[in-house]
Amino acid sequence: MNRINLTAQAPEAGRLDRAPVPDATALIRGAYLLDPRAGLDGVGDILVRDGAVAEIGAPGTLEAPDGAELVEGEGLHAFPAFVDPHVHLRTPGREDEEDVDTGTRSAAAGGYCAVLAMPNTDPVVDSAPVLRSLRERARAEARIPTGFTAAITVGQNGERLTEMAELADAGAAAFTDDGLPVRSAGIMRQALRYQRLCGGVLALHEEDPTLSRNGVMHEGEVSAVLGLAGIPSVSESTMVARDCELARYEDGRIHVQHVSARETVEIIERAKAAGVQVTAEASPHHLLLTHDAVRSLDTHFKMNPPLRSEDDRQALIDGLRAGVLDCIATDHAPHSREEKEEPFEPAPMGVTGLETAFAALHTDLVLSGVVDLSLIVERMTAGGEPFGIVVPTLAKGAPANLCLVDLAAEWEVGESGYESRSANCAFGGRRLTGRVRMTVAAGAVAFRERSFAIEAVR
Amino acid sequence: MKRHLLSIDDLTRQDIERILRRAESFAEVSGREIKKVPTLRGRTIVNLFYESSTRTNSSFELAAKRLSADLVSIKAQGSSVDKGESLKDTVQTLSAYDPAAIVFRSPNAGAAALVARWTSASVVNAGDGKHEHPTQALLDLYTLRRRTGSLEGLRVWIVGDVLHSRVARSGVLAFARMGCHVTVCGPPTLIPRGIEALGCEVSYTLDGLGDADVVYALRMQHERMSGGEIPSLREYAARYQIDGRRLGPSQLLMHPGPVNRGVELAAEVIDSPQALITQQVESGVVVRMAVLYELLAGQGGGTGGEQSQALTVSERTEPQPA
Repeated sequence: MNRINLTAQAPEAGRLDRAPVPDATALIRGAYLLDPRAGLDGVGDILVRDGAVAEIGAPGTLEAPDGAELVEGEGLHAFPAFVDPHVHLRTPGREDEEDVDTGTRSAAAGGYCAVLAMPNTDPVVDSAPVLRSLRERARAEARIPTGFTAAITVGQNGERLTEMAELADAGAAAFTDDGLPVRSAGIMRQALRYQRLCGGVLALHEEDPTLSRNGVMHEGEVSAVLGLAGIPSVSESTMVARDCELARYEDGRIHVQHVSARETVEIIERAKAAGVQVTAEASPHHLLLTHDAVRSLDTHFKMNPPLRSEDDRQALIDGLRAGVLDCIATDHAPHSREEKEEPFEPAPMGVTGLETAFAALHTDLVLSGVVDLSLIVERMTAGGEPFGIVVPTLAKGAPANLCLVDLAAEWEVGESGYESRSANCAFGGRRLTGRVRMTVAAGAVAFRERSFAIEAVR
Repeated sequence: MKRHLLSIDDLTRQDIERILRRAESFAEVSGREIKKVPTLRGRTIVNLFYESSTRTNSSFELAAKRLSADLVSIKAQGSSVDKGESLKDTVQTLSAYDPAAIVFRSPNAGAAALVARWTSASVVNAGDGKHEHPTQALLDLYTLRRRTGSLEGLRVWIVGDVLHSRVARSGVLAFARMGCHVTVCGPPTLIPRGIEALGCEVSYTLDGLGDADVVYALRMQHERMSGGEIPSLREYAARYQIDGRRLGPSQLLMHPGPVNRGVELAAEVIDSPQALITQQVESGVVVRMAVLYELLAGQGGGTGGEQSQALTVSERTEPQPA
């Protein structure tokens, strides 16, 4: 697989695109540098020159070159920026909910330096012309490098493979029918075989429609009390088991999206131990919330897969710690206000999450002592790794992909609106601790909080 | 009592006792030739039904009229809902008429609670999807208590299609709150996983039915079945139909209606003196009068509250023509 480096040159070189921006030259002084993979863990200065990390030094030792921005980092943390392999930019078709500009702005505000967009748009990204037009749009509008995945089956109908080889040539970042499972084991197997020709990871939304049927939430005591049709955990886990077996048989490469159930974590753990090429992601909402939240029948807790039990949530946290779950992905899914203002059953599935992912995980998992800060940073940074995107790092010489975060800042989600065009955030109204102040993506400043002062040297 | 009646969970045992007592006093009015009291004169009640209904709708209409309220009845068919108006817009439009209460039925769980967020009127849940039907549970309690005198310690078996039944969910909560011991019974495919959380026991056979004081049969909801729940109505009836052999002579029988004769109930038990089915329908009006009264006139709720409290039904000798 070709490795994609998140550099300023990425648009021409790889499968990720963004609007042209000048390279940053900036000195960040006295921030706490934390990069678990590079072994950085302490206060220091970091100099970004011409879009790359030029120098790292003890606090107060680095000089800003002429024309550099000077960023006072004291009291802030600098992490490698995050990568989200699972977002919905709703373009083409539902630009009223999100577009490439607002979606990537939302990502940059959350500390992300790259995202992969899902193809369940209208029309579906299942042909090279649609993919090319999206890439062109990203080269005009995207604030950060953005990759576009293409569908596995035509129209996501689960019946016939897309022209995966042509799509790969046109720059598909991966293949997925996200939003829907590949129902037929036979089609799934063909896709895995064809992968030998076209490459590209198959990212899988795992759900057996004959088990999930018309379900709208996790099947359990809460669904029983509310009289809502349930989606059992086995709807997910049985499909993951099937696809791990198929990937093993065909020596294929799969990525399991938004893992929600304990059974699924256990199956992936066994498959990895057996050598199956499988990676997996979990979302902040599945790591932090359970079906108890649905008792309110608030549609901001309706998503697919659904919020499950506390036992499932604990299994996800354990899986994250153990590395069974490789990364954190938001499944950022914007919906219009009028659609979410319906009763629970007819309301659409999905919640936004790019702007709150880090703060929510930091507040509920790190501050409460459940996991270390470095684990969250590592798993949020690693989102592109299953897809061949080089993991961002603060190491000297690397392309500058970093975010500056104030871990002490408290804020109320939604208090000053969202960068996203939609407001259907599961953490809306919550007070969170930890706020992204600035994001540098592929060598250029992609986000800077309005109140966050910088000064230019001379 | 809260401002809305959305779930049996909104009511304490004392609230329920008060509503049942109030219903008894209205029963007296219903026995007169002129069945009307002026309690809610000048106030508006909107009946908003997004799902078909005969007895719930008509009994709420009668209840509102016997309380002298002005009534607007709206069904989804033939209204602007047909033209694609959203629930929120419909509710806000109707709220502009400043109703005292909106009685709302919807095919969706939680819809009544949503309506309550968008209006200043009191909202009465007249059935929200498979979630709850609190006034049905209240009239069931009322009917049963009139027959047995007390509810404490009664063993109630709720038999049939529990999965699709809002009557069952409100019923379990209400019977349990009044001190009854509740068992739900039906084919495993029609008993939702985790239903014990409501405070009931589960049985997949009628084996223990002999211990029940009350057998509450549910309607088989063919219209809600997406397939595969039961192999056939024939097999269902063979295992779960309440008939003359299964219903003991000292057991009472209830059913929320409409009955599928020959499916959940055999004809001989429907027409037996143990059946309270007709009484349930009769109770609908007075219990819904009591609910509207408690929400709108009881405890000084809203305008005219003090006046209405002074005019409790038992104190009035002659109902005023309205």
